[in-house]
Amino acid sequence: MRIELTVNGERHEADVWAGESLLFALRERLGLPGSKNACEQGECGSCSVLLDGTLVCACLVLAAQADGHEVVTVEGLAPEDGPHPVQEAFVQAGAVQCGFCTPGLVVAAADLLARTPDPTDDELREALSGNLCRCTGYAKIFDAVRLAAGAS
Amino acid sequence: MDVLTPRTLDEALRLRAETADAWPIQGGTDVMVELNFDRARPRVVLNLNEVAELRGFARENGTLRLGAGLTYTECRRELGETLPALAEAARTVGSPQIQNRGTIGGNLGTASPAGDALPPLLVEEAEVELAGPAGRRTLPLEEFLVGPKQNALAEDELIVAVHVRPSGARQTFMKVGPRNAMVIAVASLALAVDRERGEIRAAYGSAGPVPRLVRAPLDEADGFPDRVAEAASPIDDVRGTAAYRRHALRVLTARALERCAA
Repeated sequence: MRIELTVNGERHEADVWAGESLLFALRERLGLPGSKNACEQGECGSCSVLLDGTLVCACLVLAAQADGHEVVTVEGLAPEDGPHPVQEAFVQAGAVQCGFCTPGLVVAAADLLARTPDPTDDELREALSGNLCRCTGYAKIFDAVRLAAGAS
Repeated sequence: MDVLTPRTLDEALRLRAETADAWPIQGGTDVMVELNFDRARPRVVLNLNEVAELRGFARENGTLRLGAGLTYTECRRELGETLPALAEAARTVGSPQIQNRGTIGGNLGTASPAGDALPPLLVEEAEVELAGPAGRRTLPLEEFLVGPKQNALAEDELIVAVHVRPSGARQTFMKVGPRNAMVIAVASLALAVDRERGEIRAAYGSAGPVPRLVRAPLDEADGFPDRVAEAASPIDDVRGTAAYRRHALRVLTARALERCAA
């Protein structure tokens, strides 16, 4: 079946199988591999994207459900003139190790700061509770989000 | 496999009646896991995302009508004052990503013994509104939940809404799991101390084939933790033992009573 959606500000058409996820469509049909595929059950958050401005796991959205809707992936987060403040802060704070969880965490952190520019530590932990990282122990990631909050 | 995307409730009900084996999908947090792992390959998926009548909630003469498509995030943000136990439960469902997509209607449709929205709705004596070719019917949530992952929904019906008359009683929701975030309940409990009606109501989850309501007069609060633990019919499974679940319910009930009495 054919779907039409806006991804990172651009109109796209894609031929998808009825049972496939938005994550599969983004990665395999639209050539956007930034959103990562890991658990496929909404546990790990590495496929986090914004669907009509709402943070979701792309693996739990049917591609067909995104028909006519707007998606922002990690590829579309940054303004044209440089990285997103969260991306910059991840670099500065050393919040990236293997990097697999990073795109999802960047999207989730950007979503948090868009709604709550100066989060408390509790708010920060709760907002990122759906994004698993097996390398860092999270301390540097939280540092990065605090840094981004302070910078904006 | 095919996806049907109705734009109105009437259209959704017509499609549902025409394709009895269709799987309704709203937030996808349960259905997509089945599809992603190829555990099921439904012939037709009925995508309810575009049906505006299923979204949001409304107040009608002291009753709240929660659309089946009401998300956990909306419950958290909008219902903290009127249905505090439900709002608390919504906050414990998965992650923000899951809360943004998962819905009350989906929790009812899946009818898991561990469904977090179910105990808070039971203590508020919620009713479920179903629609099908024969029209609408409403039945108490207790009757809607008939077994583990089994409900009273007919093949040609859709869950449309949940009706609740907020009791105003002090109430809370608690759950036990291996950690604070992202857990399926090993045991859960919603409890309301309803002074107006002189009774305590508690509903447990993950401690029997379906979440169940237990009542007692206010003056029997002392024995209530034991009563809830005895009313449950838990099993041993990968997440915990029956004995642990009974123990947890006893402890949670005592804590919830304390919290709601203060």
